[in-house]
Amino acid sequence: MKSKKPDQLRSVIAHVVLVILSFMCLFFFYILVVNATRSHSDLQKGFSALPGSYLLKNFMSVANDGTFPMFKGILNSLIVSGLSAAICTYFSALTAYGLYAYDFKLKKVAFTFIMAILVMPTQVTAMGFLRLITNMGMYDSLLPLIIPSIASPSVFYFMYSYLQSSLPLSLVEASRIDGCGEFKTFNRIVLPIMKPAIAVQAIFSFVGSWNNYFVPALVIQSKDKMTVPILIATLRGADYMNFDMGKIYMMIMIAIVPIILVYLFLSKYIIAGITLGGVKE
Amino acid sequence: MKKKYVSMVLVAALVAGAFSGCGDKSSSDTDGGNSQQSSSGNNGSSGGTEEGKVINVYSWNDEFMKRVCAVYPEVKKTSKDGTVTTLNDGTEIHWIINPNQDGVYQQKLDEALLNQASAADDDKVDIFLTETDYVNKYTDAEADVAMPLTDLGIDPGKELSDQYDFTKTTASDVNGVQRGSTWQCCPGLLVYRRDIAKDVFGTDDPVKVGEKVKDWETLKSTAAELKEKGYFTFSSYADTFRLYGNSISAPWVSPGETVIKIDQKIMDWINTSKEWLDAGYFDKTVKGQWNDDWNKAMGSKSKVFAFLFPAWGIDFTLKNNWDGENGAWAVTNPPQEYNWGGSYVHACTGTDNPTLVKDIILSVTGDKENLLKISKDYLDYTNTKSGMNEAAKDSKTYASKFLGGQNSFEYFAPVAEKVVIAPLSAYDQGCVELIQNSFSDYFQGQVDFDKAKSNFETAIRERYPEVTEIQWP
Amino acid sequence: MKKRKSISYSKWGYIFILPFFVSFFIFSFIPLADTIRYSFFEYYRSGIKEVGPNFIGMENYKSLLASDMLKYAGNTFILWIIGFIPQIVIALLLASWFVDIRLKIHAQQFFKVVIYLPNLIMASAFAMLFFTLFSTNGPINGILTSIGIVKEPIDFMGNVFGTRSLVGFMNFIMWFGNTTIMLMAAIMGISTDIFEASEIDGCNSIQRFFKITLPLIRPILAYTLINSIIGGLQMFDVPQILTNGQGSPDRTSMTLIMFLNSHLKSRNYGMAGALSVYLFIVSAILCFFVYRMTNNNDPDGSKAAARKAKRRRG
Repeated sequence: MKSKKPDQLRSVIAHVVLVILSFMCLFFFYILVVNATRSHSDLQKGFSALPGSYLLKNFMSVANDGTFPMFKGILNSLIVSGLSAAICTYFSALTAYGLYAYDFKLKKVAFTFIMAILVMPTQVTAMGFLRLITNMGMYDSLLPLIIPSIASPSVFYFMYSYLQSSLPLSLVEASRIDGCGEFKTFNRIVLPIMKPAIAVQAIFSFVGSWNNYFVPALVIQSKDKMTVPILIATLRGADYMNFDMGKIYMMIMIAIVPIILVYLFLSKYIIAGITLGGVKE
Repeated sequence: MKKKYVSMVLVAALVAGAFSGCGDKSSSDTDGGNSQQSSSGNNGSSGGTEEGKVINVYSWNDEFMKRVCAVYPEVKKTSKDGTVTTLNDGTEIHWIINPNQDGVYQQKLDEALLNQASAADDDKVDIFLTETDYVNKYTDAEADVAMPLTDLGIDPGKELSDQYDFTKTTASDVNGVQRGSTWQCCPGLLVYRRDIAKDVFGTDDPVKVGEKVKDWETLKSTAAELKEKGYFTFSSYADTFRLYGNSISAPWVSPGETVIKIDQKIMDWINTSKEWLDAGYFDKTVKGQWNDDWNKAMGSKSKVFAFLFPAWGIDFTLKNNWDGENGAWAVTNPPQEYNWGGSYVHACTGTDNPTLVKDIILSVTGDKENLLKISKDYLDYTNTKSGMNEAAKDSKTYASKFLGGQNSFEYFAPVAEKVVIAPLSAYDQGCVELIQNSFSDYFQGQVDFDKAKSNFETAIRERYPEVTEIQWP
Repeated sequence: MKKRKSISYSKWGYIFILPFFVSFFIFSFIPLADTIRYSFFEYYRSGIKEVGPNFIGMENYKSLLASDMLKYAGNTFILWIIGFIPQIVIALLLASWFVDIRLKIHAQQFFKVVIYLPNLIMASAFAMLFFTLFSTNGPINGILTSIGIVKEPIDFMGNVFGTRSLVGFMNFIMWFGNTTIMLMAAIMGISTDIFEASEIDGCNSIQRFFKITLPLIRPILAYTLINSIIGGLQMFDVPQILTNGQGSPDRTSMTLIMFLNSHLKSRNYGMAGALSVYLFIVSAILCFFVYRMTNNNDPDGSKAAARKAKRRRG
């Protein structure tokens, strides 16, 4: 209260820094949008800060191109990302709760094990992964893109840290006294408390899965199952003879619209969740 | 950083093909599979058996599809999305298109080829396409994935006699058995800016400019002239690579060996490129091809005098990148005859539609009328000697608007006659790509010559683990 | 403390963690074992023919050590650190600003949304944009020359420093928003009582940050660090696209995963397997180290819980 001056100064600095950073972040989106409105030959001529007039044309060429089924791709991506985000956050929270709230013999072993595999780079297992799902008959299907996200060690770790700081075990006991079963306790009491953590991780997993190229590229073969990143890569890789950068920029733009919507939608929940967190103890 | 989830983009696609191929246990006994495949192919071509209803064509773009649809008389209609073409007899052609970039196309094709023996009839690869850079990998006699044309019932000596010989050599295996055929051939020219020519030489006449660039020696002194007026001769060292690379005397890797021999011609390219770049004959800001800077070098603001392009390069690359009026560019003879590119059509061993496949190949690559139609519609330099000689004389029909009414076929035809294709190997693609990349650092002054050499050796061993030795001249 | 006396439902513990372990076993463990197995084999494709698998023991491991692998590890580290340091510093600053009510940050929601946006674009698409922007004839050079900062266009991607800085800068832009949000959630989890108490004790904002905020968000900080290390080790798409897969100039931007990728590209499963095993070992060591360091030998958080309980009582 007494230090009003320094606060004002800090506030000014904070605003300046934020504006600069935001400018940098938005700059790339601006370029993306501008480029999406220009034709290939315009783009070749060089950069321009002003949008061109090819927005609709580029959009139509993306929408009408059967070789690159963009909207089917977006649908596939939505299914994969939505489901992975959901099961990833749910099961991670469940695992974290299981290890946090219960005492059992293998608890320490299990925890150490998860911490150990936390560091495993995805690429390490890619070779065997493909062989495995081929043998399981899941090659060229969306399932192997979704199910493995049940085991996401880093999400687990985040949830676990969050539980440590936010879930008093007394709450669990109380709900038991009220006669709640274990699953019900988890679903009714624990999950709501974890809402902010879940919202944060849901965004991250959704984004991660939406932009994932590596695994889908391994697994998906047929056109109608392709996700957005594969489609963009395919278009980009398309031959020089039908290279159309305007179309590619448009495709990237279309690809990030759904994800921005999801983000805006979930970011509301983070804030709501965090304010809820204030009364948690 | 949650990179863990974030994709490994782009290149990782190739991993796809790679892994799935290795996932297939049966693939290790290639020999057994192949003998079966060829026998079934032979049965098919004898014509006695019922043929499949689906023809699967593997390609990296829609180029072949467009040409088939344009000239193959049996085509009834093509679906809107361009994935299925229906023929008059109800057979469907399925176009399976994967991008060439980063080898994705080859990975997917290899995977399909490994599964060819066990695939259901309608899933079998029937036709696939290759490019000059890797055609040799697929025409390999031992691998036997591309059917000899004679097995299909095509006699190359008779039915394809009007094709340019070098295209036939390119599509043949070590034993000289032709295993593929192409509708186009890609002799290259020198295409230059008329305004720059006028400014520097006082004339833009193709014959006179042709004199100025007729061989490397003359071209070098011309380059100095251009430099004086502030122009670059070519955009980058990558532009001239094809000319040298096409004139190597021995293949990068001799058949049956695992030793990479760098030809003296390649060393010449390296030395000349360094010299020219240092002398300012190339635009230093352009590094290699198919990038933004290169594209811009073709724009009206650029100071680059000329490019070395075959027909497709002029019509697709240069034309799309040029932002001025038509008639600003003209073609003339290159300092050295060369060929750049070319798409080869192969019948895949094990195809269940040999009759139709034969029909399509003959119609699109061996029929003079059809080829001339392709030349007219798509401006390809097509694979018919007599047809192209006619075109060279027919300036009315074949005048190019973009070149200001010049008939480029007049210049292409003599080059095509003289093209001698370099001896090929299955390692060409990697060698060509990696030598340019490794020495790019040297040209730019980032590393010295020896370091560039060792970088090439490292990179090539990564690409081809079986390489045992690399010999420099 | 609380934990121990309260619950005896141990079978539920097993049931709750079961899906995780089943899924892990099937989709990660089996493939991992497979990868490790092939690392002892000579196994690659030559053209369209397959060579191997032939058992060759530790050959793959040996030849990797003889290669430039360590140099690539160094590159990876450098590329990571020049992105990570600004990232964590800015993220900490922003997070503490955002939760500091007295700063009265305007348009908070807007800023929070915006700083996360770069993370939403695919890294490859982002790298593509960067490539265009910073190319020698690109707009950045155009702007710089037109306002007279430089005379000649800068060849950003033509020298070691430029390329590495660009990669670092891209990683920073892409990830600082993500980190900020994570840290913000952590800071908001701290009870406001503590901040109020500190204010009464006369803490200024810097003291408050170092003495209270930092120690309390340690678990999340550790999480960020670990994730960033994993991300750094796996760095691939940005340098790959920016340097056309070459790690140019002179392979100074070649990361470990790019190296792995070039083996995968040649379908050298044996070598790729061995490299994966190395990667796995390195990342395990690194993370173990970081985890110990940031958590004060407190692997399951029980001590932290105890401390917390004590604090609550006291």
